Amino acid sequence: MKTVSLISQLIIPLFILFTILYGWARKVRVYDCFVSGAKGGVGVVVRVFPYLLAIFVAVKAFQASGAFEFAQGLLRGLLGVFHVPIDVVPIALIKPLSGSASLGVFTNIVKTNGPDSLASLISAVIMGSAETTFYVLAVYLGAVGIKRTRYLVPVCFFADLVGIIIAISIVKFFFHLG
Amino acid sequence: MNTVWILLMVASVLFSFLNGGLDAFTKSIFEGAKSAVEVSLFLLGIVSLWLGITKVIEDSGLIHRLSGFFQYFVRRLFKNIPPEHPAITSITLNFLANLFGLGNAATPLGIKAMQDLKALHPDGETITFEMMLFIVVNTASIQLIPFTVIGILADYGSKDPSAIVLPTLLATFLSALFALGLLFAVRRVLK
Repeated sequence: MKTVSLISQLIIPLFILFTILYGWARKVRVYDCFVSGAKGGVGVVVRVFPYLLAIFVAVKAFQASGAFEFAQGLLRGLLGVFHVPIDVVPIALIKPLSGSASLGVFTNIVKTNGPDSLASLISAVIMGSAETTFYVLAVYLGAVGIKRTRYLVPVCFFADLVGIIIAISIVKFFFHLG
Repeated sequence: MNTVWILLMVASVLFSFLNGGLDAFTKSIFEGAKSAVEVSLFLLGIVSLWLGITKVIEDSGLIHRLSGFFQYFVRRLFKNIPPEHPAITSITLNFLANLFGLGNAATPLGIKAMQDLKALHPDGETITFEMMLFIVVNTASIQLIPFTVIGILADYGSKDPSAIVLPTLLATFLSALFALGLLFAVRRVLK
């Protein structure tokens, strides 16, 4: 683990160092070049902002209103049938919606169930293998002003669902628990 | 996205009302607005930073030397993009950043990739298949090692926190394959 995390710490600094030195060797005005590229950032963020706002407001409201708990309740019944710990329900629901919230939920699951429990292992795999889909959609579509998304959203939604089922099955297979 | 948003908002108001806490709804939308501003400020910094770095990569010609294998893979996946188009490079860089779990670099590079994809169809407001393909691969979150998750497991005294690496990789890989398969299948059906 030590070497792996060391490598991951080194990637960004080395990559930036290499880029700068390479540009310098190629007689590129690195500083001016960097600044002219960075200038584009403001426009991008301004364009993305209203989309981000819409999705953040909706997700926060959904959580605060109790609608989220209701959806959890529905899923609990279903998961009980397949001997999946009910504690993984919140993570499965929150991961596609919000990155920071899912991290909080995950930490809480590990704290209450213990790090080596089935619930924690399943949640860990879901955390690593699922993406905050709606955030990605809002940011990437917003950045280029796409209005008609054809069949993208249903595909992402269904793929997320299957992804979570895959994660649960794999953990059950690997750790022979439950 | 329209349907998703309407569903989320209407369900929220309805449930707040049923639970007798309409003020909770009002409070939560302001909180949501606040975190949108916070995230945007954060994005402003890192997006500009990485756009600056990518410009240096482009102008110095480093781009042509980077990541030969992945570029090959990306070219095969995105057959309709001309091989020398900048979109190939930004998509490759975004995939690499995701792979190494560099979320902060992946988002800005992904935005750049979307803009490059858009440049192929400048006046459309309808999504292209290539954009869908790119987003689907991104939402499958292909990541080699989930550092944050391992860190949390280790913090709470797990016996073997890195035991989840292999299952996570397998789960990511399988769900990415499924998502791609689904996207191609839907395209075929709708054609």
